[in-house]
Amino acid sequence: MGVNAMPQLTLCPECAEPLDPEDSFCGACGADLTTAASGDGYELAPPAPAGPPASPASPASPASPASPASPASPASPASPASPPGGGDTTTFGVGSVQLPHSKITDPREEPPKVESPQAACVACGVGRVDGDGYCEHCGHAQPRPRDHQEQELEGVAAVSDRGLRHHRNEDAFALSATSLPDGTPAVVAVVCDGVSSAYRPDDASAAAAATANESLLDALEHGAAPEDAMRDALLTAAQAVTDLADEDRGAGGGGPHHNSPACTCVSAITSGKTFTVGWIGDSRAYWIPDDRSALAARLTEDDSWAARMVAMRLMTEAEAYADDRAHAITGWLGADAVELDPHTASFEPDGPGVLVVCTDGLWNYAESAAELASAVPEDARARPLHCAQALVGMALDGGGHDNITVAVMPFPVPQP
Amino acid sequence: MANFSKSNVPQFSVDIYQNEYLPEGGREVNAIVTVTSTGGGTTGGLPLPTRPQPSAGGRTPISLRSPGHVPGTAPTGPAAAVVIMVDCSGSMDYPPTKMRNARDATAAAIDTLRDGVAFAVVAGTHVAREIYPAGGALAIADSSTRNQAKQALRKLTTSGGTAIGTWLTLAERLLATADVSIRHGILLTDGRNEHEKPEELKAALDACAGRFTCDARGVGTDWEVKELTGIASALLGSVDIVADPSGLAADFRQMMETAMGKEVADVSLRLWTPQGAEIGYVKQVAPTVEDLTSRRTEAGPRAGEYPTGSWGDESRDYHISVQVPAAGVGQEMLAARVSLVLPQPDGTSQVLGQGLVRAVWTDDMAASTRINPQVAHYTGQAELAQVIQQGLEARKQGDRDSATAKLGRAVQLASASGNEDTAKLLAKVVDVVDAATGTVRLKARVADADEMTLETRSTKTVRVKK
Repeated sequence: MGVNAMPQLTLCPECAEPLDPEDSFCGACGADLTTAASGDGYELAPPAPAGPPASPASPASPASPASPASPASPASPASPASPPGGGDTTTFGVGSVQLPHSKITDPREEPPKVESPQAACVACGVGRVDGDGYCEHCGHAQPRPRDHQEQELEGVAAVSDRGLRHHRNEDAFALSATSLPDGTPAVVAVVCDGVSSAYRPDDASAAAAATANESLLDALEHGAAPEDAMRDALLTAAQAVTDLADEDRGAGGGGPHHNSPACTCVSAITSGKTFTVGWIGDSRAYWIPDDRSALAARLTEDDSWAARMVAMRLMTEAEAYADDRAHAITGWLGADAVELDPHTASFEPDGPGVLVVCTDGLWNYAESAAELASAVPEDARARPLHCAQALVGMALDGGGHDNITVAVMPFPVPQP
Repeated sequence: MANFSKSNVPQFSVDIYQNEYLPEGGREVNAIVTVTSTGGGTTGGLPLPTRPQPSAGGRTPISLRSPGHVPGTAPTGPAAAVVIMVDCSGSMDYPPTKMRNARDATAAAIDTLRDGVAFAVVAGTHVAREIYPAGGALAIADSSTRNQAKQALRKLTTSGGTAIGTWLTLAERLLATADVSIRHGILLTDGRNEHEKPEELKAALDACAGRFTCDARGVGTDWEVKELTGIASALLGSVDIVADPSGLAADFRQMMETAMGKEVADVSLRLWTPQGAEIGYVKQVAPTVEDLTSRRTEAGPRAGEYPTGSWGDESRDYHISVQVPAAGVGQEMLAARVSLVLPQPDGTSQVLGQGLVRAVWTDDMAASTRINPQVAHYTGQAELAQVIQQGLEARKQGDRDSATAKLGRAVQLASASGNEDTAKLLAKVVDVVDAATGTVRLKARVADADEMTLETRSTKTVRVKK
């Protein structure tokens, strides 16, 4: 399945703009015509120019996936038709979501899609959807691109979901695959969780994920040591989130915001015999070995109230996490951050396995490494996207109380 | 045609202040809508040289007394027509200074007319008489018509009664002869509307509402506050007391300046709400409290319009309260779409600006229990206006306990919100023991003027302290 095989469209399925045969994207609304034509479930993946920065001129909006009118079915696998492990089937439309020089865009800030007159509200099925994304009849907000996102690259897959209790997805992730100067493949995953009590948390996480990813790619391609690259990436991402607060002040119209945009960040690099994790906040990384008799491990220490209580031996882990304050974070990215202390760690495991990089929306439902390991499917390394979907499904089944984002990275990096 | 009229319309901006988070099962959504209009006309937002800002207040500089006299300047601003209605009932001669001051005030208002504005002067008694230009027409302001009008004021004599409905009806008829976008009246009275039935005044107001806007002023202390506030409210104008007739000229000049500053008329606030929603209320809350809830006219599916009258460079705040159907935690709904609309000759409406009021259901108690500062502030200001009116009414009825409680609460609210003008007015009616707790004693003797001033200005609000 490729671009050539797509059926010819004469009108944009999103906005009915007339098309030329060679168009890959609608000139009016930017809809990705290739995914629209294939209709096989790829529309849930954020479309992006295929491959490395070869086609920077593509007008693709970095996130214009599912038509807002299509009901979100977060727990359902995105591409039932794609055979497991068939790497070649996933090469289309799922290149790096944030190219090093691509612009950070919030899907909600993009011009709203012009709906075809038939587009009906997902909530009441009666009203049309207005230009602001609300039903003209019942007023319900329509699903947004960020509500559910999936992406798979060679060596990493990620799923992010709004969950069942939050009105928007304030998590963000970015994945990329590159190679070190010596030709060794390296894979990067960044997962960020916007702080809900702060202003524009969704923008904060999107900016941090994209910036950290870009910074990591750049550093790795220039031969930086992974831990240095990780530290720099976290600091650069923190600056990007801090800049959002300046933007607000500059705009002047927003009024006083008590809390500047803020988010957590956890990233992982897999390359060669080692992997490296770096984090600020309470998003986590776990190591789940293939050999389930071996010990699974949590690789990160939360910057959180609970973690501090445990570290200071004031409470047991069970007591600390049962407390209302458990999730109060003590470290984050943003202008109000008290101290910026990026943590990094590198590991050289004995055997193969997967890295699970996730926000608390997932680990709330499988806090210990053992619990998480039991939720990771046995074929996780061969089918990372399926694994990520399964883990998100577990969190949704558990109540989906928060936004859920999980990246699954097979280790060692699969050889192309 | 439509484009031509569009060029005179100021820029409207709409800002929404709300806490959009509701608890599970929550239905009530409150929002403060700040509407600001700036830079009307083709001057690109620069203040017109002959037109002072309305905010100049009572301290109008002398140099502004004769606008429109600048040689060689063409008339600027939108086409407008103004009728001044002066009470000439017998009581205006007691004391004689009252009529003299009314004459001077009318002259000052005439001097403030911009060149090219259509105008007329009406003498009001138990009937309405055209004083200038007469013959069922309007004059066009220039230096000669202004002088003629001022000469004609000498003909103002006092006799007879008061039937304000007839004055308004005549003003409406005169204003209707002008092909202009801004139609405005200025009405001065010193007494009660004794020579027509309340239903007659009501019928006249119904006929005039939406045809022109009108400011109302009561001079002295023998007029009825509710009568005048009712007129100003129905005709979307301001109301005030001028207890001392010597203050009339400055007040009239300022009213006319404000009228000359209007750029666009007949603006409506349109409110779309989702299916199943109920409007709790729609109130203007700044610069004064004005409940618009009952003035809704339907405007398409799930939408209604509330009149706001004419706009110059100014800012007003509205409090909108809507009950929406409850939705599950994690859901988001558009609770209201607020737009400012201007009817067009072809029957459509031009949208001048809009804002969105949202509802988001959350199980985060900290988010859903937060009260938006603007909403809290204006809820307090609306209550302030209400308790002043209730307190004064109770005082009139001799219910001292209730009056003390209501006016005490008013003192507390005025003090807490920084509404100093109202606090000062209250202090003339009650002795304040402790403003913070609202502990007050009714004054034994209160001047009529002080009581009427408090009642008339009870609806004046202040904006949120920054």
